[in-house]
Amino acid sequence: MPKVTIDGITIEVEEGTTIMNAARKVGGEIVPPAMCYYSKLNKSGGKCRTCLVEVTKGSEKDPRPMPKLVASCSTTVMDGMEVSNKTSQKVLDARKGVVEFLLINHPLDCPVCDQAGECDLQNLSYEHGTEGTRFEEKKRVFDKIDIGKYIQLHMTRCIMCYRCVYTADQITNERVHGVLKRGDASEIGTYIEKAIDNDFCGNVIDVCPVGALTDKTFRFKSRVWFLNPMDAHRNCDKCCGKAVVWMFGDEIYRVTGRKDQYAEVEEFICNTCRFETKDLAKWTIEGPRQISRESVISQGHYVTHLSKIENKNKEKIE
Amino acid sequence: METTESKIQFKPESLAEIDRIIKQFPEGKQKSALIRILHIAQHEFGNWLSVELMDYIADLLKIKPIEVYEVASFYSMYNLNPVGKVVMEVCHTGPCCLVGVEKLIKHIENTLNIKPGETTADGMFTLKTVECLGACGYGPMMQIGETYHEKLNIEKLDNLLSVLRQQNS
Amino acid sequence: MGRKILLEKTDIENIHTYNVYRKEGGYSAVEKALKKMTPDEVVEEVKKSGLRGRGGAGFPAGMKWSFIAKPEGVPRYLLCNADESEPGTFKDRFLMEKIPHLLIEGMILSSYALGCNTSYIYIRGEYMWILRILEKALAEARQHGWLGKNILNSGYNLEIYVSPGAGAYICGEETALIESLEGKRGNPRMKPPFPAVKGLWQSPTVVNNVETLSSVVSIVNIGGDEYAKIGLGKSTGTKLISACGNIRKPGVYEIELGLSVEEFLYSDEYCGGINDGKRLKACIPGGSSVPVLPHYLVTKTAKGEQRLMTYESLSDGGFATGSMLGSGGFIVFDEDQCIVRNTWNFSRFYHHESCGQCSPCREGTGWMDKVLHRIEYGKGNMRDIDLLVSISKNIEGNTICPLGDAAAWPVASAIRHFREEFEWHISEPVKCLEKNYGLVKEPILEV
Repeated sequence: MPKVTIDGITIEVEEGTTIMNAARKVGGEIVPPAMCYYSKLNKSGGKCRTCLVEVTKGSEKDPRPMPKLVASCSTTVMDGMEVSNKTSQKVLDARKGVVEFLLINHPLDCPVCDQAGECDLQNLSYEHGTEGTRFEEKKRVFDKIDIGKYIQLHMTRCIMCYRCVYTADQITNERVHGVLKRGDASEIGTYIEKAIDNDFCGNVIDVCPVGALTDKTFRFKSRVWFLNPMDAHRNCDKCCGKAVVWMFGDEIYRVTGRKDQYAEVEEFICNTCRFETKDLAKWTIEGPRQISRESVISQGHYVTHLSKIENKNKEKIE
Repeated sequence: METTESKIQFKPESLAEIDRIIKQFPEGKQKSALIRILHIAQHEFGNWLSVELMDYIADLLKIKPIEVYEVASFYSMYNLNPVGKVVMEVCHTGPCCLVGVEKLIKHIENTLNIKPGETTADGMFTLKTVECLGACGYGPMMQIGETYHEKLNIEKLDNLLSVLRQQNS
Repeated sequence: MGRKILLEKTDIENIHTYNVYRKEGGYSAVEKALKKMTPDEVVEEVKKSGLRGRGGAGFPAGMKWSFIAKPEGVPRYLLCNADESEPGTFKDRFLMEKIPHLLIEGMILSSYALGCNTSYIYIRGEYMWILRILEKALAEARQHGWLGKNILNSGYNLEIYVSPGAGAYICGEETALIESLEGKRGNPRMKPPFPAVKGLWQSPTVVNNVETLSSVVSIVNIGGDEYAKIGLGKSTGTKLISACGNIRKPGVYEIELGLSVEEFLYSDEYCGGINDGKRLKACIPGGSSVPVLPHYLVTKTAKGEQRLMTYESLSDGGFATGSMLGSGGFIVFDEDQCIVRNTWNFSRFYHHESCGQCSPCREGTGWMDKVLHRIEYGKGNMRDIDLLVSISKNIEGNTICPLGDAAAWPVASAIRHFREEFEWHISEPVKCLEKNYGLVKEPILEV
């Protein structure tokens, strides 16, 4: 099994593992950010260029460094490879450039965006972006469109990660939307007015790294950080039925898939669970969803509250 | 509600040609014929690709309609909206500019009273400015249909316009 | 008179027809290869010839061929890149139009060498009339037994087809070309896997330029060693140069590599000098993507040596004072041309041609276009110049395919050599709209 060293940490991985996935095995600071790669979607990755890293040593056999930065999500490790991510100034500079490119045409309408608080682009910009902008030109604008009764497409916010297209291709069997036109005019769309109507199409919302695809049943209902995400499940004849229900008091405001630390859903869920099952009685609540402490969603400290209550209960019983 | 069957159909000669093209690719790889079929379609049905026409082609090739829209909207030679009888595609990339194409474009704009991307009121001419057509040593130039008109000047251009007007009215 | 190989016979009447081409000795290389040589021997000759890819990158063709994977029972494909779209380049078109059988002969030889039984010529959609010329020539070749089953009783089978694009510069990039040939959008693929391992329909594939494949004919005819004697050093053979811009005789010329730029630019045999008795301002020697050279670096290198038409000499001085041979699109600017306007024009081109897949290219090309447009139209700020340099740096090397570099280099080089002209455009917003800045001042070169 090949050994790779990333930012000084060596790990042994399966043949064919990408630098990104090797880094994810280690976890923590050395994991490059990803805006388009999605481990559950075939062919995803390589496009956003936020995960560029420097390969300072190609392999044991051929130790020459790679001439250009490479996309860690689509470059497989070789035995003896040495990679610099956070330790490379070249990488940090390139990443800063990429963040700038992703933002120049982005509307930066976070105050009115449903994705705010759980937006990968927001997090990426916070960590790697710069204050202020050098872009003085007119931004690209598209009209908002409804694609089906549950999903709204706000193309102006899109960063062209292609994840929703791969989702439609791989999770649903009838893809009706795709990438139209080219260059900076390219857009996600159905070309003709057509509803995306498939039991699993709601997953495009979960895979979208920004607020381009949003849940119409949740639009403007609440800021995500005011909600309490709870792991819940139900018997579903279409999907795994394992979801996160986002609650305000006793009310379910929205349902999403369960996302891991890289904001990827663990399992895809169906539209019935997502859009049509907002009745608490229909779900078995498992307990609070573990959300990263850094996330704004954790600001309510509800997990701590709950665990304190649990501990108190325990004390009482004892 | 009345259901209308798609009325669009290629001419028998075109269908035979399409069949010949599809056979140039291994079985199951018929999608490879898409780009050429779209050219044939655009030529046969008034210089542009309607949704109906693209859906018909998707059906012919047994692919999803979105796969056709994705391709048709990527390549610059396809017109996705109605255009005039004569589509003038004038190259405005660097080398043609060095030999004065910008003056010619102005001249066309003034003569026909249209801007690039527009069609004359009578539906005769559409003016498109396009990027390099590989005729850099023979500029200024424009493509009309399959023909390259090269080493243009104002006099040649005026003659060409009047000939085209006659041929197409 | 330089040696002619590719264009030697193009003046012969009706050389585009099979009968004339055959009478002039055409297809003798196929006879030689199929009867007397093994495929590996053909590869060996091409390696020995030192032939380098004529599409722009200049990668040794024989080496590229030797990378092709040969898994059992999987077809291999040879694709001819006839997508010629690099501004300034119009040489392949000339070759295919004048002498289509030369390309077909070259493709038969190359397909045989690589073990391909089906090959495709991917031609830009605008060249539809050339597609028809090629299909006609292919039909003739098939009719005379040069294509089809059991060619010359050698047991070797081959079909060649032509397939058009539909207006997309990016399809000249080999993986975008493959995508397009599969009937998809021309989005370049992530590498690896390289086409030599997984290309067309996931099969091993080699993509070569028209001129490269056509050159294989003479390599087989005269032998790789003989071919390697033509040219200079590692720049072996002859090269087609398409010359355009403000010269007296624009057109396609075949030169022996090693010819001096001065002779090419000023002699009557080639460009014939600058048009209308004007002076030279700048030259882009290898198609729009390569760095622009100011007049004082065109015929001489920074060291004061004579600049030659070779891969090495044109890139002498690196990006600071050199350029590249590229695709051989030789664009000449006279003293009345505006560098800012031309740089904006090329930026608009790359903006228009970006596939939009990866963020640095999708967003960066559009940004440069907009900033340059402002400067050209008198609305620039001094900080825009460094901004452009910075954008170009952020694109360069960080994209999926070389289009990012191709968009970045012209901007970076124009600012490097003509910064004063950019500044003048910004400080004289009214004048810049009506008047040319004039010739760049000759700086004192530090050697």
